[in-house]
Amino acid sequence: MHAIVCIKQVPDTTDVKVNPETGTLIREGVPSIVNPFDTYAIEEALRLKEKFGGKVTVISMGPPQAQEALKEAVAMGADEAILLSDRAFAGSDTWATAYTLAQAIRKIGDFDVILCGKQAIDGDTGQVGPGVACQLYVEQLTYIFKIEEIDFEARRIKVERLLEEGREIVETTLPAVLTVVKDINQPRYPSFMGIRRAARMEIPVWTAEDLPDAKPDSLGLDGSPTRVVRVFNPPPRGGEVVLMESESPQEAAAELADLLLKEKII
Amino acid sequence: MSLLIIDTEACIGCGACIEECPFGALTMVDDKAVVDEKCTACGACLEVCPAECLSLPEQKEAEEDLSQYQGVWVWVEQFKGEACSISWEMMGQGRKIADALGTTLTACVLGHQAEHIAQEAIQYGADRVFLVDDPTMQVYRTAPYAAQLTDLVRQHKPEIFLLGASARGRDLAGAVATEIRTGLTADCTGLDIDPETNLLRQTRPAFGGNIMATIICPNYRPQMSTVRHRVFEMPEPDPTREGQVVKVPAGMGEDQIAAKVADFIMEEGQVNLADAKIIVSGGRGVRGPEGFAPIQELAEVLGGAVGASRAAVDAGWIPYAHQVGQTGRTVRPDLYIACGISGAIQHLAGMGTAKVIVAINKDPEAPIFKVANYGVVGDLFQVVPALTEELRKRLRK
Repeated sequence: MHAIVCIKQVPDTTDVKVNPETGTLIREGVPSIVNPFDTYAIEEALRLKEKFGGKVTVISMGPPQAQEALKEAVAMGADEAILLSDRAFAGSDTWATAYTLAQAIRKIGDFDVILCGKQAIDGDTGQVGPGVACQLYVEQLTYIFKIEEIDFEARRIKVERLLEEGREIVETTLPAVLTVVKDINQPRYPSFMGIRRAARMEIPVWTAEDLPDAKPDSLGLDGSPTRVVRVFNPPPRGGEVVLMESESPQEAAAELADLLLKEKII
Repeated sequence: MSLLIIDTEACIGCGACIEECPFGALTMVDDKAVVDEKCTACGACLEVCPAECLSLPEQKEAEEDLSQYQGVWVWVEQFKGEACSISWEMMGQGRKIADALGTTLTACVLGHQAEHIAQEAIQYGADRVFLVDDPTMQVYRTAPYAAQLTDLVRQHKPEIFLLGASARGRDLAGAVATEIRTGLTADCTGLDIDPETNLLRQTRPAFGGNIMATIICPNYRPQMSTVRHRVFEMPEPDPTREGQVVKVPAGMGEDQIAAKVADFIMEEGQVNLADAKIIVSGGRGVRGPEGFAPIQELAEVLGGAVGASRAAVDAGWIPYAHQVGQTGRTVRPDLYIACGISGAIQHLAGMGTAKVIVAINKDPEAPIFKVANYGVVGDLFQVVPALTEELRKRLRK
């Protein structure tokens, strides 16, 4: 069994504070973390390895410091890690990111499953997983909540997907790209041995030159169909909160009920 | 690895770009702006520079003639043979965009025995409907749906293609845009046409809703977007509207489709948060699974859904399907009642665009009161049942 996990290093938005005067983000000193959804993908890959044997490879595309994210995955138990880092990859949108990851996965070779988090918490697009599946011409299963059955001999997988109306049970063939939601598992903490191994590990860095089949005009900013033209702070929610004046819960509730009806909110 | 080009000769060291950078990638070294690895080439700093010394590399020109791409398309999502409301919201906005461009609106309906959805699509504003009515299309599956839409796009060349940002819509859009090799902007909260360039301006939140970005797709077609639930008004259907239904044969046979949907477990209770007009949510303050009973009752009286903060879900008091926030669902109801929720930034990312927010919390300093329209400072176990009672009286339920 070979599982490849695609991860992203993101700013830790739980540490983001808003400046109460200007309403803007205080961005200084925000630490970088492994995208939380990706930690579930790493954990799921490790569980597959524990059950079926084999190998877990983690890959990430990003600046040199993204190797910290890969080391965290190694500390959790991943066997190998590869960082895709090159100025030629800079400015990639989701299309170019999926393309570059797919090129690297082709070079890595055989795999049974590719796992990703359902989306990254900075971009929030959820597009790279489907993009990788499409680039590699393999099956795509998104928003997975549970792997019900997986059979590497028969090349089949059955999963539960979390959709708006409920859970869908779907079965398909391997290899496949799986994107997972938070509830699929509880990610483990890195082990002491894992941390030691990660600390010593030299993470290979692949540049565009290491992906000889990648077309230069499909990488980075040139390979990205979309372009950001404006970035701004969201408009603040206007006005001060109207607090119910009554001290007694009963009266405050009555006051609120009247207001909601009067303002035609309900 | 940064792409930002800084003309250090021209830089006057004013620091305006540092203030503007959403990623904290710019710093001042010896009175000159310096960019580091955190730069994502977003372009936010370019216009604020008074010395015009910041730039990004030019993007290459389109390789094909983009004027052959015409018309606005909307994918009409169906579940169990009925159209999803998000698709009609998209049709409403699609109609406005088509009118602004002076072009036509096409609906793509994929389903089985879905003729009635095609007719509805016309009532909701379609000039033309592509109807793929086939047993293979009954239940959404990525491969046959994506292949079908990809073929239709290649054949008919739409200028703009809109899909709802539902789980299925995002799954499908990602596959179609990759295959066609065009730009896709996910989870938009605003779409309009730039009157000068006729390009689709796609605005979306990023960084957990803390910043907004406007994105364009200048050189590839169609310009594709997914849009969140309840961003656009639900249009009124017009039963007198006329349009053309074009039947299209299914492209894949069942034997060519690997994925088989074995079952669908409908979520018990009121969890369809995406569609809900009213959501009553509980947080750490509900103190346990039984604490959701008064929340549930209030939701029932209001005909709303039950949401929860991450704290309540992580404590195991309520299933993950109810979680609202950055790692849960993003909702946009008309009314969001937050009970015992402090209002951490991750929670606000999921519900901050609700039309009206009501906060019920013991702590008057809780950040939730900063975003709420109405608030009650008090014990939710007293206030929520009282509110349920008062509303029951007034709504005669």
